[in-house]
Amino acid sequence: MPPTTNTAATSSPSPVAKDEPKDLAAFSCPLPLPVGERILLGHGSGGKLSAELLKDIFLPALGNPVLNRLEDQAIVSLDAARLAMTTDSFVVKPLFFRGGDIGSLAIHGTINDLAMGGADPLWLSAAFILEEGLPIETLRRVVTSMHEAAAKAGVPIVTGDTKVVEKGSADSLFINTTGIGRVRDGISLSASQARPGDAILVSGFLGDHGIAILAEREGLQFETQVTSDSAALHTLVASLLQATQEVRCLRDPTRGGLSSTLNEIASSSQVGMELDETSIPVREEVRGACEMLGLDPLYVANEGKLVAIVAPSAAQAALEALRGHPLGKNAATIGRVTEDHARMVVMRTPFGTTRIVDMLAGDQLPRIC
Amino acid sequence: MKYLDEYRDSRIARGLAGEIRQRSTRPWVLMEICGGQTHTLMRYGIDELLGDSVQLVHGPGCPVCVTPLETIDRAIALARRADVTLVSYGDMLRVPGSETDLFHVKAEGGDVRIVYSPSDAVHLARSLPNRKIVFFAVGFETTAPAHAMAVLHAERFGIKNFSLLASHVLVPPAIRTLLSSPNNRVQGFIAPGHVCTIVGMHEYEELVNDFHVPIVVGGFEPVDLLEAIRMLVIQLEEGRADVENQYVRSVQYEGNRPAQEAVAKVFEIADRKWRGIGPIPVSGLRLREKYAAFDAERVFELADVRAEEPAECISAEVLLGHKKPTDCTAFGTRCTPDKPLGAPMVSSEGACAAYYQYRRHLVSIARG
Repeated sequence: MPPTTNTAATSSPSPVAKDEPKDLAAFSCPLPLPVGERILLGHGSGGKLSAELLKDIFLPALGNPVLNRLEDQAIVSLDAARLAMTTDSFVVKPLFFRGGDIGSLAIHGTINDLAMGGADPLWLSAAFILEEGLPIETLRRVVTSMHEAAAKAGVPIVTGDTKVVEKGSADSLFINTTGIGRVRDGISLSASQARPGDAILVSGFLGDHGIAILAEREGLQFETQVTSDSAALHTLVASLLQATQEVRCLRDPTRGGLSSTLNEIASSSQVGMELDETSIPVREEVRGACEMLGLDPLYVANEGKLVAIVAPSAAQAALEALRGHPLGKNAATIGRVTEDHARMVVMRTPFGTTRIVDMLAGDQLPRIC
Repeated sequence: MKYLDEYRDSRIARGLAGEIRQRSTRPWVLMEICGGQTHTLMRYGIDELLGDSVQLVHGPGCPVCVTPLETIDRAIALARRADVTLVSYGDMLRVPGSETDLFHVKAEGGDVRIVYSPSDAVHLARSLPNRKIVFFAVGFETTAPAHAMAVLHAERFGIKNFSLLASHVLVPPAIRTLLSSPNNRVQGFIAPGHVCTIVGMHEYEELVNDFHVPIVVGGFEPVDLLEAIRMLVIQLEEGRADVENQYVRSVQYEGNRPAQEAVAKVFEIADRKWRGIGPIPVSGLRLREKYAAFDAERVFELADVRAEEPAECISAEVLLGHKKPTDCTAFGTRCTPDKPLGAPMVSSEGACAAYYQYRRHLVSIARG
């Protein structure tokens, strides 16, 4: 293909263009774009761009056997105990939403990352980055909510930190929480353990959190308001693991939603997945909001749901255990792990046809029409 | 969901598909125009359901895809200006111009914002009187009325810091170009229901009369599309060519008069370049001279930008229905939604992207 040189020369002057290498091969066509020169919002979406950051930046610099497993938590051994450790930062906007706030979310999110490793959460830390000018009352509300969430979950916050940055350097309030827990004996969960034939379960309705946030942020008024599902899932996990130890993997489908979580597991385990569209639980009002906004509930964030990959023989017991817990009463088996189409998640539609459920390339965007 | 679930009923859909397969005596080549319809066909696997009874090819009806590279470059140039806030529908941000996209400009510090409605952009102009608010007004006949209303509101409220970077395209001239092509193989069209909701069905009658090709105005749900396909197959089997309306719950013959009037007041018909296809006479809208103060191209005196598409991309043939996305040697290998070579891989409603997103498990990507 002959090189075309239609890029920098013909468009308006740009500081970026000047710094680009004069390598004609790189210009053999105007696309693809030179990737990665800046962080985009999509790098934080939990989808493909996030995965690229891990692969290109973080793992080459920081990688080690524990980190390289890329689970939601690190599992490390200390004497006879297996400990789980995890950390998460919370930058949600708005700070307060139906069903929760940044404070309760920061507690639930970290507890859930521990729980997905089969660990009982023991201790939490909390670090705050506050923007100059933040009303003290706002901080008080957030901290009170954190206290209530941690107390309800039975996990104490045992250390913390506070930094204040100049106005404009942070959006009112960011929180980081770190958690340590102890992994239950005999339990070893990993995204690399899914096997053909395994059942795929979810613990309830998908998409509630993302839609609640979006409705609040955009000031959207729907007939029925959606409430965030933000919740600590460690007791639900305990019920599940008590019923069966044949659980291969647990994940909470937060950013990027169910599709990202399943694609990650399929990719880690080198297996395919087949979902049954009619069995995936989505609330009517979430479906409606997604229709209006041009979004797909499978890509919308959850903060109080888990995905379980379970050995076929234990699938029924696992489903019953989830349904027997208040946070899992709408649990459902939504599909199975397959040998076919490795690393792809395929959906069987109500029409008997199939389609791919892909990982999100960046943030899910509202469409024109 | 009322008014939606009925149109996704699998029993009805399978019934319609069975009837189509039964009625069809040869694989009629049918084209849906709108990207939203392409999306539904792929998402629900309608092609799989119909087997060989019809061959579906996908039209140029994705507004994101057909927006010329030069226009994207102009939007990028505007977004880089310190005095401009560029406001856009979300899916335009990812579309690559010849050098970068609006997401990257935003990351560089450009003020780029996403809205759901052009009136949000007018509100923004009122609340930020010291910024120049440019709305990136892209779309078919469907979005034009809302863009016209935004200009009329800005005029009424005396808002001086609002303008449109307008790139509207019109469907009937594109169908005319397609039917005039010596390589045309499309035998029937599903016309875009939402476009017809605005403009009515009159212009499609002219096409039927000039080219003797059946056109059915169709909706966007799977049952809508199967019903439209069935109506086309019946016409073709009977040797008829009429304009018929499947999407009766939305489309009236004369369309939406107030919307048409708003568009006619603010815009005039102009020649327009389509990305991937090239220039098509009288196929676009531009702001009338009277509203020049709201036309970003005139307000900012944007330089004449020229850009070329990569040679390997066969988008013109895909958008004109001559080839399927999977006929392209770059499909799924050198060209993916992350790194698109051309227009139809850019937006989720583009034909190539829809194939990639939903159907690639059925295609062997052994080439490349």
